[in-house]
Amino acid sequence: MYRQTEIISDDSESPSPGGFGEAGDLIINVGPQHPATHGVLHLVITLNGETIKKVEPHLGYIHRSIEKMCESLTYRQFIYVTSRMDYLSAHINNHACALCVEKGLQLEIPHRAQVVRVLLDELTRIASHELWWGALAMDVGAFTPFFHAFRERETINDIMEETCGARLTMNYFVPGGLMADIHPNFQKRVKEFISLYKLKIKEYDELITGNIIFQNRMKNVGYLSAEDAISYGCSGPTARGSGLSCDIRKLYPYEVYDKISFNEVIENGGDSFARYMVRIKEMNESIKIIEQLIDNIPEGDFQAKTKVVLKLPKGEFYSRVETARGELGVFIVSEGGTTPYRIKFRSPGFSNLSALDHMARGSKLGDLIAMMGTLDLVIPDIDR
Amino acid sequence: MEKEDLKNKITELLPSATFEEGEWLTVNVEAKDWPAFAQQLRNDDSLFFNYLFCLTCIDWKTHLTMVYHLSSTRYRYNIVVKSKLDRNHPEIETASKIWKTAEFHEREVYEMFGVNFINHPDLRLLILPDGWEGKKPLLKDFEDPVNMIRL
Repeated sequence: MYRQTEIISDDSESPSPGGFGEAGDLIINVGPQHPATHGVLHLVITLNGETIKKVEPHLGYIHRSIEKMCESLTYRQFIYVTSRMDYLSAHINNHACALCVEKGLQLEIPHRAQVVRVLLDELTRIASHELWWGALAMDVGAFTPFFHAFRERETINDIMEETCGARLTMNYFVPGGLMADIHPNFQKRVKEFISLYKLKIKEYDELITGNIIFQNRMKNVGYLSAEDAISYGCSGPTARGSGLSCDIRKLYPYEVYDKISFNEVIENGGDSFARYMVRIKEMNESIKIIEQLIDNIPEGDFQAKTKVVLKLPKGEFYSRVETARGELGVFIVSEGGTTPYRIKFRSPGFSNLSALDHMARGSKLGDLIAMMGTLDLVIPDIDR
Repeated sequence: MEKEDLKNKITELLPSATFEEGEWLTVNVEAKDWPAFAQQLRNDDSLFFNYLFCLTCIDWKTHLTMVYHLSSTRYRYNIVVKSKLDRNHPEIETASKIWKTAEFHEREVYEMFGVNFINHPDLRLLILPDGWEGKKPLLKDFEDPVNMIRL
Protein backbone atom coordinates (compact mmCIF):
# COMPACT_ATOMS: atom_id res chain seq x y z
CA MET A 1 0.00 0.00 0.00
CA TYR A 2 1.28 3.44 -0.87
CA ARG A 3 1.78 5.53 2.24
CA GLN A 4 2.06 9.24 2.59
CA THR A 5 5.41 10.39 3.84
CA GLU A 6 4.84 10.87 7.52
CA ILE A 7 6.51 11.11 10.87
CA ILE A 8 5.06 8.58 13.27
CA SER A 9 3.46 10.35 16.20
CA ASP A 10 2.55 8.89 19.56
CA ASP A 11 -1.11 8.52 18.66
CA SER A 12 -0.63 6.91 15.21
CA GLU A 13 -3.03 4.01 14.81
CA SER A 14 -0.81 1.81 12.71
CA PRO A 15 2.75 2.90 13.39
CA SER A 16 4.20 1.49 10.20
CA PRO A 17 3.69 -1.47 7.90
CA GLY A 18 3.90 -4.64 9.90
CA GLY A 19 3.62 -2.73 13.18
CA PHE A 20 7.23 -1.69 13.04
CA GLY A 21 8.72 1.60 14.12
CA GLU A 22 8.26 3.98 17.02
CA ALA A 23 7.33 7.59 17.56
CA GLY A 24 9.64 9.95 15.71
CA ASP A 25 10.43 7.55 12.88
CA LEU A 26 9.90 8.74 9.36
CA ILE A 27 8.19 6.67 6.70
CA ILE A 28 9.04 7.36 3.09
CA ASN A 29 8.30 5.73 -0.24
CA VAL A 30 10.97 4.99 -2.81
CA GLY A 31 9.28 4.17 -6.06
CA PRO A 32 7.26 2.82 -7.78
CA GLN A 33 8.45 5.54 -10.16
CA HIS A 34 12.01 6.12 -9.09
CA PRO A 35 14.96 6.08 -11.48
CA ALA A 36 17.18 4.06 -9.15
CA THR A 37 14.78 1.14 -8.84
CA HIS A 38 15.09 0.48 -12.60
CA GLY A 39 11.44 -0.30 -12.94
CA VAL A 40 8.31 -0.29 -10.89
CA LEU A 41 9.61 -1.48 -7.55
CA HIS A 42 8.08 0.16 -4.53
CA LEU A 43 9.93 0.29 -1.21
CA VAL A 44 8.38 1.60 1.97
CA ILE A 45 11.26 2.61 4.20
CA THR A 46 11.17 3.32 7.90
CA LEU A 47 13.88 5.77 8.82
CA ASN A 48 15.32 7.04 12.03
CA GLY A 49 17.15 10.19 11.07
CA GLU A 50 19.01 8.96 8.03
CA THR A 51 19.43 5.40 9.28
CA ILE A 52 17.30 2.68 7.77
CA LYS A 53 15.27 0.67 10.26
CA LYS A 54 13.27 -1.35 7.80
CA VAL A 55 12.87 -1.75 4.06
CA GLU A 56 9.65 -3.27 2.93
CA PRO A 57 9.30 -4.11 -0.77
CA HIS A 58 5.86 -3.91 -2.36
CA LEU A 59 5.74 -5.85 -5.57
CA GLY A 60 3.20 -6.43 -8.27
CA TYR A 61 3.22 -3.21 -10.27
CA ILE A 62 4.19 -5.25 -13.33
CA HIS A 63 2.65 -8.56 -12.27
CA ARG A 64 1.11 -10.25 -15.30
CA SER A 65 0.44 -13.61 -13.73
CA ILE A 66 2.66 -15.37 -16.20
CA GLU A 67 2.33 -18.64 -14.28
CA LYS A 68 -1.45 -18.63 -14.68
CA MET A 69 -1.19 -17.58 -18.31
CA CYS A 70 1.17 -20.44 -19.09
CA GLU A 71 -1.39 -22.95 -17.85
CA SER A 72 -3.46 -22.27 -20.97
CA LEU A 73 -0.57 -22.10 -23.43
CA THR A 74 0.95 -25.08 -25.20
CA TYR A 75 4.55 -26.16 -24.70
CA ARG A 76 5.52 -24.37 -27.90
CA GLN A 77 3.69 -21.17 -27.02
CA PHE A 78 4.61 -20.57 -23.38
CA ILE A 79 8.27 -19.94 -24.12
CA TYR A 80 7.44 -16.63 -25.79
CA VAL A 81 5.93 -15.26 -22.60
CA THR A 82 9.05 -16.04 -20.61
CA SER A 83 11.20 -13.60 -22.62
CA ARG A 84 9.18 -10.90 -20.91
CA MET A 85 10.20 -11.96 -17.42
CA ASP A 86 13.87 -11.10 -17.21
CA TYR A 87 13.98 -9.11 -20.43
CA LEU A 88 17.72 -8.52 -20.13
CA SER A 89 18.46 -12.22 -20.37
CA ALA A 90 15.61 -13.29 -22.61
CA HIS A 91 17.67 -16.01 -24.26
CA ILE A 92 18.53 -17.62 -20.95
CA ASN A 93 14.89 -17.65 -19.83
CA ASN A 94 13.93 -19.36 -23.07
CA HIS A 95 16.80 -21.74 -22.53
CA ALA A 96 15.50 -22.84 -19.13
CA CYS A 97 12.03 -23.51 -20.55
CA ALA A 98 13.34 -25.33 -23.59
CA LEU A 99 15.55 -27.49 -21.35
CA CYS A 100 12.62 -28.37 -19.12
CA VAL A 101 10.42 -29.41 -22.05
CA GLU A 102 13.30 -31.38 -23.57
CA LYS A 103 13.83 -33.11 -20.24
CA GLY A 104 10.20 -34.17 -20.27
CA LEU A 105 10.35 -35.39 -23.85
CA GLN A 106 13.79 -36.97 -23.30
CA LEU A 107 14.96 -35.18 -26.38
CA GLU A 108 18.58 -35.07 -27.44
CA ILE A 109 19.32 -31.83 -29.26
CA PRO A 110 21.91 -31.49 -32.03
CA HIS A 111 25.41 -30.48 -31.08
CA ARG A 112 25.29 -27.40 -33.28
CA ALA A 113 22.24 -26.09 -31.46
CA GLN A 114 23.91 -26.69 -28.09
CA VAL A 115 26.97 -24.68 -29.02
CA VAL A 116 24.97 -21.80 -30.50
CA ARG A 117 22.77 -21.74 -27.42
CA VAL A 118 25.79 -21.39 -25.15
CA LEU A 119 27.26 -18.68 -27.38
CA LEU A 120 24.07 -16.65 -27.32
CA ASP A 121 23.65 -17.18 -23.57
CA GLU A 122 27.10 -15.74 -22.95
CA LEU A 123 26.56 -12.81 -25.31
CA THR A 124 23.33 -12.11 -23.43
CA ARG A 125 25.16 -12.28 -20.13
CA ILE A 126 27.69 -9.71 -21.32
CA ALA A 127 24.95 -7.44 -22.66
CA SER A 128 23.08 -7.69 -19.37
CA HIS A 129 26.16 -6.98 -17.28
CA GLU A 130 27.03 -4.03 -19.53
CA LEU A 131 23.65 -2.47 -18.88
CA TRP A 132 23.98 -3.17 -15.17
CA TRP A 133 27.42 -1.56 -15.13
CA GLY A 134 26.24 1.62 -16.85
CA ALA A 135 23.12 1.87 -14.73
CA LEU A 136 24.97 1.26 -11.47
CA ALA A 137 27.47 3.98 -12.25
CA MET A 138 24.61 6.34 -13.05
CA ASP A 139 22.86 5.44 -9.78
CA VAL A 140 25.89 6.46 -7.77
CA GLY A 141 26.40 9.65 -9.71
CA ALA A 142 28.62 8.99 -12.74
CA PHE A 143 26.88 9.64 -16.02
CA THR A 144 29.58 8.90 -18.62
CA PRO A 145 29.87 5.11 -18.13
CA PHE A 146 26.29 4.66 -19.27
CA PHE A 147 27.22 5.78 -22.78
CA HIS A 148 30.32 3.60 -22.83
CA ALA A 149 28.32 0.57 -21.77
CA PHE A 150 25.61 1.15 -24.33
CA ARG A 151 28.14 1.55 -27.12
CA GLU A 152 29.33 -2.04 -26.62
CA ARG A 153 25.88 -3.38 -25.81
CA GLU A 154 24.62 -2.00 -29.10
CA THR A 155 27.09 -4.23 -30.97
CA ILE A 156 25.63 -7.29 -29.23
CA ASN A 157 22.10 -6.13 -29.97
CA ASP A 158 23.02 -5.84 -33.64
CA ILE A 159 24.29 -9.42 -33.64
CA MET A 160 21.07 -10.54 -31.97
CA GLU A 161 18.95 -8.63 -34.44
CA GLU A 162 20.67 -10.25 -37.38
CA THR A 163 20.44 -13.79 -36.06
CA CYS A 164 17.27 -13.79 -33.95
CA GLY A 165 15.27 -10.99 -35.51
CA ALA A 166 14.87 -9.03 -32.29
CA ARG A 167 17.01 -6.83 -30.13
CA LEU A 168 15.56 -7.35 -26.68
CA THR A 169 12.81 -9.95 -26.35
CA MET A 170 14.28 -12.64 -28.52
CA ASN A 171 12.49 -15.95 -29.01
CA TYR A 172 15.13 -18.01 -30.68
CA PHE A 173 15.34 -21.13 -28.53
CA VAL A 174 12.57 -23.65 -29.07
CA PRO A 175 12.13 -27.17 -27.69
CA GLY A 176 14.41 -29.26 -29.83
CA GLY A 177 17.02 -26.66 -30.68
CA LEU A 178 16.93 -23.31 -32.41
CA MET A 179 14.16 -21.69 -34.38
CA ALA A 180 16.41 -21.01 -37.37
CA ASP A 181 20.02 -21.39 -38.33
CA ILE A 182 22.48 -18.65 -37.44
CA HIS A 183 23.06 -15.78 -39.85
CA PRO A 184 26.08 -16.26 -42.19
CA ASN A 185 27.66 -13.13 -40.66
CA PHE A 186 27.33 -14.41 -37.10
CA GLN A 187 30.87 -15.69 -36.57
CA LYS A 188 32.49 -12.70 -38.23
CA ARG A 189 30.53 -10.19 -36.19
CA VAL A 190 31.05 -11.97 -32.89
CA LYS A 191 34.79 -11.95 -33.54
CA GLU A 192 34.62 -8.24 -34.30
CA PHE A 193 32.81 -7.76 -31.02
CA ILE A 194 35.45 -9.70 -29.07
CA SER A 195 38.27 -7.53 -30.38
CA LEU A 196 36.25 -4.37 -29.70
CA TYR A 197 35.40 -5.54 -26.21
CA LYS A 198 38.99 -6.33 -25.30
CA LEU A 199 39.95 -2.85 -26.32
CA LYS A 200 37.21 -1.20 -24.31
CA ILE A 201 37.14 -3.22 -21.09
CA LYS A 202 40.29 -1.42 -19.98
CA GLU A 203 38.36 1.84 -20.13
CA TYR A 204 35.82 0.41 -17.73
CA ASP A 205 38.43 -0.17 -15.07
CA GLU A 206 40.04 3.20 -15.68
CA LEU A 207 36.73 5.02 -15.51
CA ILE A 208 35.09 3.37 -12.54
CA THR A 209 36.75 0.39 -10.85
CA GLY A 210 39.83 2.25 -9.76
CA ASN A 211 37.99 5.47 -8.99
CA ILE A 212 38.35 6.35 -5.33
CA ILE A 213 34.95 8.05 -5.09
CA PHE A 214 33.26 5.02 -6.56
CA GLN A 215 35.16 2.64 -4.28
CA ASN A 216 34.14 4.63 -1.23
CA ARG A 217 30.52 4.42 -2.27
CA MET A 218 30.78 0.65 -2.73
CA LYS A 219 33.10 -0.73 -0.06
CA ASN A 220 31.63 -1.87 3.25
CA VAL A 221 28.14 -1.19 1.97
CA GLY A 222 25.36 -3.77 2.05
CA TYR A 223 27.27 -6.56 3.73
CA LEU A 224 25.80 -10.02 3.21
CA SER A 225 27.49 -12.99 4.85
CA ALA A 226 27.69 -16.37 3.14
CA GLU A 227 25.31 -17.92 5.72
CA ASP A 228 22.72 -15.22 5.09
CA ALA A 229 23.14 -15.55 1.33
CA ILE A 230 22.31 -19.25 1.66
CA SER A 231 19.45 -18.67 4.05
CA TYR A 232 17.86 -16.00 1.84
CA GLY A 233 18.22 -18.24 -1.19
CA CYS A 234 20.47 -15.79 -3.02
CA SER A 235 22.11 -16.95 -6.20
CA GLY A 236 24.19 -15.65 -9.04
CA PRO A 237 26.70 -12.82 -8.65
CA THR A 238 24.89 -11.63 -5.52
CA ALA A 239 25.71 -14.85 -3.67
CA ARG A 240 29.11 -15.31 -5.30
CA GLY A 241 30.10 -11.90 -3.97
CA SER A 242 29.62 -13.42 -0.51
CA GLY A 243 31.91 -16.34 -1.24
CA LEU A 244 29.22 -18.91 -2.00
CA SER A 245 29.91 -21.23 -4.90
CA CYS A 246 26.58 -21.46 -6.71
CA ASP A 247 27.20 -21.27 -10.45
CA ILE A 248 24.73 -23.67 -12.06
CA ARG A 249 26.96 -23.83 -15.13
CA LYS A 250 29.63 -25.47 -12.96
CA LEU A 251 27.54 -27.39 -10.42
CA TYR A 252 24.87 -28.85 -12.70
CA PRO A 253 26.29 -28.36 -16.19
CA TYR A 254 23.89 -28.24 -19.10
CA GLU A 255 24.58 -28.19 -22.85
CA VAL A 256 28.35 -27.97 -23.44
CA TYR A 257 29.36 -26.12 -20.28
CA ASP A 258 31.14 -29.19 -18.91
CA LYS A 259 33.37 -29.40 -21.99
CA ILE A 260 34.74 -25.86 -21.92
CA SER A 261 37.14 -24.29 -19.49
CA PHE A 262 36.10 -21.23 -17.54
CA ASN A 263 36.33 -20.16 -13.92
CA GLU A 264 33.57 -19.58 -11.48
CA VAL A 265 34.19 -16.07 -10.16
CA ILE A 266 33.98 -15.89 -6.39
CA GLU A 267 34.76 -12.90 -4.18
CA ASN A 268 34.76 -13.06 -0.42
CA GLY A 269 34.08 -9.43 0.46
CA GLY A 270 30.31 -9.75 0.78
CA ASP A 271 29.84 -6.02 0.21
CA SER A 272 28.67 -4.09 -2.83
CA PHE A 273 32.18 -3.81 -4.20
CA ALA A 274 32.64 -7.60 -4.13
CA ARG A 275 29.41 -8.07 -6.07
CA TYR A 276 30.62 -5.42 -8.50
CA MET A 277 33.92 -7.22 -9.06
CA VAL A 278 32.17 -10.56 -9.61
CA ARG A 279 30.16 -9.16 -12.49
CA ILE A 280 33.13 -7.37 -14.06
CA LYS A 281 35.21 -10.57 -13.94
CA GLU A 282 32.27 -12.64 -15.17
CA MET A 283 32.19 -10.62 -18.37
CA ASN A 284 35.79 -11.66 -19.02
CA GLU A 285 34.92 -15.30 -18.34
CA SER A 286 32.05 -15.06 -20.81
CA ILE A 287 34.44 -13.72 -23.43
CA LYS A 288 36.69 -16.72 -22.74
CA ILE A 289 33.79 -19.10 -23.34
CA ILE A 290 32.82 -17.34 -26.57
CA GLU A 291 36.41 -17.45 -27.83
CA GLN A 292 36.58 -21.20 -27.27
CA LEU A 293 33.38 -21.88 -29.14
CA ILE A 294 33.13 -19.33 -31.91
CA ASP A 295 35.50 -21.16 -34.27
CA ASN A 296 34.16 -24.56 -33.30
CA ILE A 297 30.49 -24.39 -34.20
CA PRO A 298 29.89 -27.90 -35.53
CA GLU A 299 28.09 -28.47 -38.80
CA GLY A 300 24.74 -30.21 -38.75
CA ASP A 301 21.10 -29.65 -37.94
CA PHE A 302 20.03 -26.74 -35.81
CA GLN A 303 16.91 -28.49 -34.60
CA ALA A 304 16.00 -32.01 -33.60
CA LYS A 305 12.99 -33.63 -35.21
CA THR A 306 9.97 -33.10 -32.97
CA LYS A 307 6.27 -33.71 -33.28
CA VAL A 308 4.11 -30.76 -34.23
CA VAL A 309 2.09 -31.04 -31.03
CA LEU A 310 4.21 -31.60 -27.97
CA LYS A 311 2.83 -33.66 -25.12
CA LEU A 312 4.83 -34.12 -21.96
CA PRO A 313 4.34 -37.36 -20.05
CA LYS A 314 2.66 -37.22 -16.66
CA GLY A 315 5.12 -36.10 -14.07
CA GLU A 316 7.17 -33.25 -12.70
CA PHE A 317 10.16 -31.68 -14.38
CA TYR A 318 12.60 -29.14 -13.06
CA SER A 319 15.37 -27.41 -14.95
CA ARG A 320 17.84 -24.86 -13.68
CA VAL A 321 20.06 -22.48 -15.58
CA GLU A 322 22.33 -19.61 -14.66
CA THR A 323 20.97 -16.30 -15.90
CA ALA A 324 22.84 -13.02 -15.59
CA ARG A 325 21.12 -12.53 -12.22
CA GLY A 326 21.34 -16.00 -10.77
CA GLU A 327 19.57 -19.30 -10.78
CA LEU A 328 16.39 -19.54 -12.80
CA GLY A 329 14.33 -22.64 -12.14
CA VAL A 330 11.44 -23.84 -14.25
CA PHE A 331 9.15 -26.34 -12.56
CA ILE A 332 6.56 -27.96 -14.82
CA VAL A 333 3.84 -30.24 -13.51
CA SER A 334 2.36 -32.19 -16.37
CA GLU A 335 -0.82 -34.22 -16.50
CA GLY A 336 0.06 -35.62 -19.91
CA GLY A 337 -1.70 -32.93 -21.92
CA THR A 338 -0.52 -30.31 -24.37
CA THR A 339 -0.42 -27.56 -21.78
CA PRO A 340 1.31 -27.53 -18.39
CA TYR A 341 -0.94 -28.27 -15.43
CA ARG A 342 1.07 -25.97 -13.22
CA ILE A 343 4.21 -24.06 -13.92
CA LYS A 344 6.45 -22.26 -11.47
CA PHE A 345 9.27 -19.91 -12.30
CA ARG A 346 11.80 -19.64 -9.53
CA SER A 347 13.20 -16.26 -10.46
CA PRO A 348 16.59 -15.19 -9.12
CA GLY A 349 15.51 -11.60 -8.47
CA PHE A 350 12.70 -12.60 -6.14
CA SER A 351 15.01 -14.40 -3.74
CA ASN A 352 17.78 -11.83 -4.04
CA LEU A 353 15.35 -9.03 -3.21
CA SER A 354 14.26 -10.80 -0.03
CA ALA A 355 17.77 -10.21 1.34
CA LEU A 356 17.55 -6.44 0.79
CA ASP A 357 15.83 -5.69 4.11
CA HIS A 358 18.50 -7.62 6.00
CA MET A 359 21.33 -5.90 4.11
CA ALA A 360 19.96 -2.39 4.44
CA ARG A 361 19.11 -2.30 8.15
CA GLY A 362 21.35 0.07 10.03
CA SER A 363 22.91 1.69 7.00
CA LYS A 364 22.28 5.13 5.56
CA LEU A 365 19.55 5.90 3.05
CA GLY A 366 22.04 6.99 0.40
CA ASP A 367 23.72 3.58 0.51
CA LEU A 368 20.47 1.81 -0.30
CA ILE A 369 20.85 2.83 -3.94
CA ALA A 370 24.34 1.32 -4.09
CA MET A 371 22.96 -1.91 -2.59
CA MET A 372 20.05 -2.15 -4.97
CA GLY A 373 22.38 -1.41 -7.85
CA THR A 374 24.61 -4.36 -7.06
CA LEU A 375 21.67 -6.71 -6.51
CA ASP A 376 20.95 -6.08 -10.19
CA LEU A 377 17.18 -6.21 -9.85
CA VAL A 378 15.01 -6.55 -12.93
CA ILE A 379 11.45 -5.94 -11.80
CA PRO A 380 9.49 -7.98 -14.37
CA ASP A 381 11.65 -10.91 -13.31
CA ILE A 382 10.60 -10.44 -9.68
CA ASP A 383 6.90 -9.88 -10.31
CA ARG A 384 6.44 -12.36 -13.19
CA MET B 1 25.55 -40.20 -0.45
CA GLU B 2 23.50 -41.91 -3.12
CA LYS B 3 19.77 -41.61 -3.56
CA GLU B 4 19.26 -44.94 -1.82
CA ASP B 5 21.32 -43.95 1.24
CA LEU B 6 19.45 -40.68 1.44
CA LYS B 7 16.21 -42.62 1.37
CA ASN B 8 17.33 -44.87 4.22
CA LYS B 9 18.51 -41.95 6.25
CA ILE B 10 15.18 -40.15 5.86
CA THR B 11 13.19 -43.28 6.69
CA GLU B 12 15.24 -43.46 9.86
CA LEU B 13 14.32 -39.89 10.76
CA LEU B 14 10.69 -40.11 9.77
CA PRO B 15 9.29 -43.64 9.40
CA SER B 16 5.94 -42.38 8.11
CA ALA B 17 7.51 -40.70 5.06
CA THR B 18 6.66 -42.13 1.65
CA PHE B 19 8.73 -41.77 -1.48
CA GLU B 20 8.11 -41.01 -5.13
CA GLU B 21 10.23 -41.61 -8.18
CA GLY B 22 11.62 -38.56 -9.93
CA GLU B 23 14.75 -36.77 -10.98
CA TRP B 24 15.46 -36.07 -7.33
CA LEU B 25 14.38 -38.00 -4.29
CA THR B 26 10.83 -36.94 -3.49
CA VAL B 27 9.54 -37.31 0.05
CA ASN B 28 5.90 -37.06 1.07
CA VAL B 29 5.33 -35.90 4.62
CA GLU B 30 2.23 -35.03 6.55
CA ALA B 31 1.71 -31.38 7.39
CA LYS B 32 1.90 -32.11 11.13
CA ASP B 33 5.30 -33.78 10.74
CA TRP B 34 6.73 -30.96 8.62
CA PRO B 35 8.07 -28.56 11.32
CA ALA B 36 10.15 -31.19 13.10
CA PHE B 37 11.22 -32.84 9.86
CA ALA B 38 12.31 -29.51 8.38
CA GLN B 39 14.46 -28.85 11.44
CA GLN B 40 16.12 -32.23 11.04
CA LEU B 41 16.74 -31.72 7.33
CA ARG B 42 18.43 -28.41 8.04
CA ASN B 43 20.37 -29.31 11.16
CA ASP B 44 21.35 -32.96 10.74
CA ASP B 45 25.06 -33.00 9.98
CA SER B 46 24.87 -35.73 7.37
CA LEU B 47 21.98 -34.06 5.51
CA PHE B 48 22.51 -30.32 5.94
CA PHE B 49 19.85 -29.08 3.53
CA ASN B 50 20.53 -25.39 4.02
CA TYR B 51 19.42 -23.96 0.67
CA LEU B 52 15.73 -23.72 -0.12
CA PHE B 53 15.75 -22.85 -3.79
CA CYS B 54 12.10 -23.23 -4.65
CA LEU B 55 8.88 -23.22 -2.68
CA THR B 56 5.54 -23.52 -4.35
CA CYS B 57 2.10 -25.04 -4.25
CA ILE B 58 0.01 -27.07 -6.69
CA ASP B 59 -3.78 -27.09 -6.81
CA TRP B 60 -5.05 -30.62 -7.54
CA LYS B 61 -8.73 -29.58 -7.26
CA THR B 62 -9.25 -32.15 -4.46
CA HIS B 63 -6.32 -31.02 -2.36
CA LEU B 64 -3.32 -28.72 -2.40
CA THR B 65 0.28 -29.89 -2.39
CA MET B 66 3.12 -27.83 -0.98
CA VAL B 67 6.40 -28.47 -2.77
CA TYR B 68 9.78 -27.59 -1.24
CA HIS B 69 12.94 -27.95 -3.30
CA LEU B 70 15.96 -28.21 -1.04
CA SER B 71 19.62 -28.47 -1.70
CA SER B 72 22.71 -28.86 0.40
CA THR B 73 25.60 -26.53 -0.32
CA ARG B 74 27.93 -28.85 1.57
CA TYR B 75 27.11 -32.22 -0.03
CA ARG B 76 25.45 -30.97 -3.22
CA TYR B 77 22.44 -33.22 -3.17
CA ASN B 78 18.91 -32.16 -3.84
CA ILE B 79 15.64 -33.29 -2.40
CA VAL B 80 11.97 -32.50 -2.94
CA VAL B 81 9.59 -32.49 0.01
CA LYS B 82 5.86 -32.54 -0.57
CA SER B 83 3.01 -32.15 1.80
CA LYS B 84 -0.66 -32.65 1.11
CA LEU B 85 -3.02 -29.99 2.46
CA ASP B 86 -6.77 -29.85 2.90
CA ARG B 87 -8.14 -27.61 0.14
CA ASN B 88 -10.79 -25.94 2.29
CA HIS B 89 -8.55 -25.13 5.24
CA PRO B 90 -4.97 -25.30 3.98
CA GLU B 91 -2.62 -24.87 6.91
CA ILE B 92 1.03 -25.69 7.45
CA GLU B 93 3.80 -24.50 9.73
CA THR B 94 6.03 -21.82 8.26
CA ALA B 95 9.55 -22.67 7.12
CA SER B 96 10.70 -19.05 7.35
CA LYS B 97 12.33 -19.61 10.75
CA ILE B 98 14.66 -22.17 9.17
CA TRP B 99 15.17 -20.78 5.66
CA LYS B 100 14.61 -17.03 5.60
CA THR B 101 13.85 -16.98 1.89
CA ALA B 102 10.65 -18.86 2.69
CA GLU B 103 9.19 -15.68 4.16
CA PHE B 104 8.72 -14.12 0.72
CA HIS B 105 7.83 -17.34 -1.04
CA GLU B 106 5.22 -18.20 1.57
CA ARG B 107 3.64 -14.78 1.27
CA GLU B 108 3.31 -15.44 -2.46
CA VAL B 109 1.74 -18.85 -1.88
CA TYR B 110 -0.56 -17.31 0.76
CA GLU B 111 -2.01 -14.76 -1.64
CA MET B 112 -2.13 -17.01 -4.69
CA PHE B 113 -3.44 -20.18 -3.03
CA GLY B 114 -4.71 -19.05 0.36
CA VAL B 115 -2.47 -21.36 2.35
CA ASN B 116 -2.24 -20.22 5.96
CA PHE B 117 1.31 -20.45 7.26
CA ILE B 118 1.22 -20.88 11.01
CA ASN B 119 3.67 -18.65 12.92
CA HIS B 120 4.69 -16.74 9.81
CA PRO B 121 6.12 -13.38 11.00
CA ASP B 122 4.38 -11.19 8.45
CA LEU B 123 1.69 -12.94 6.43
CA ARG B 124 0.27 -10.23 4.16
CA LEU B 125 -0.25 -9.68 0.46
CA LEU B 126 3.04 -9.24 -1.39
CA ILE B 127 2.32 -9.04 -5.10
CA LEU B 128 -1.43 -8.48 -5.32
CA PRO B 129 -2.85 -5.04 -4.53
CA ASP B 130 -4.96 -4.23 -1.49
CA GLY B 131 -8.48 -5.58 -1.61
CA TRP B 132 -7.50 -8.94 -3.09
CA GLU B 133 -7.73 -10.77 0.20
CA GLY B 134 -9.84 -13.86 -0.20
CA LYS B 135 -9.49 -14.20 -3.97
CA LYS B 136 -6.87 -16.77 -4.88
CA PRO B 137 -5.81 -16.34 -8.49
CA LEU B 138 -3.77 -19.50 -8.95
CA LEU B 139 -6.50 -21.87 -7.78
CA LYS B 140 -8.00 -23.78 -10.68
CA ASP B 141 -11.55 -22.59 -10.03
CA PHE B 142 -10.64 -18.91 -9.83
CA GLU B 143 -12.98 -16.73 -11.86
CA ASP B 144 -12.63 -12.99 -12.08
CA PRO B 145 -15.30 -11.18 -14.09
CA VAL B 146 -13.09 -8.20 -14.90
CA ASN B 147 -9.50 -9.29 -15.27
CA MET B 148 -9.85 -12.92 -16.36
CA ILE B 149 -7.10 -13.96 -18.71
CA ARG B 150 -8.34 -16.37 -21.33
CA LEU B 151 -6.04 -17.45 -24.10
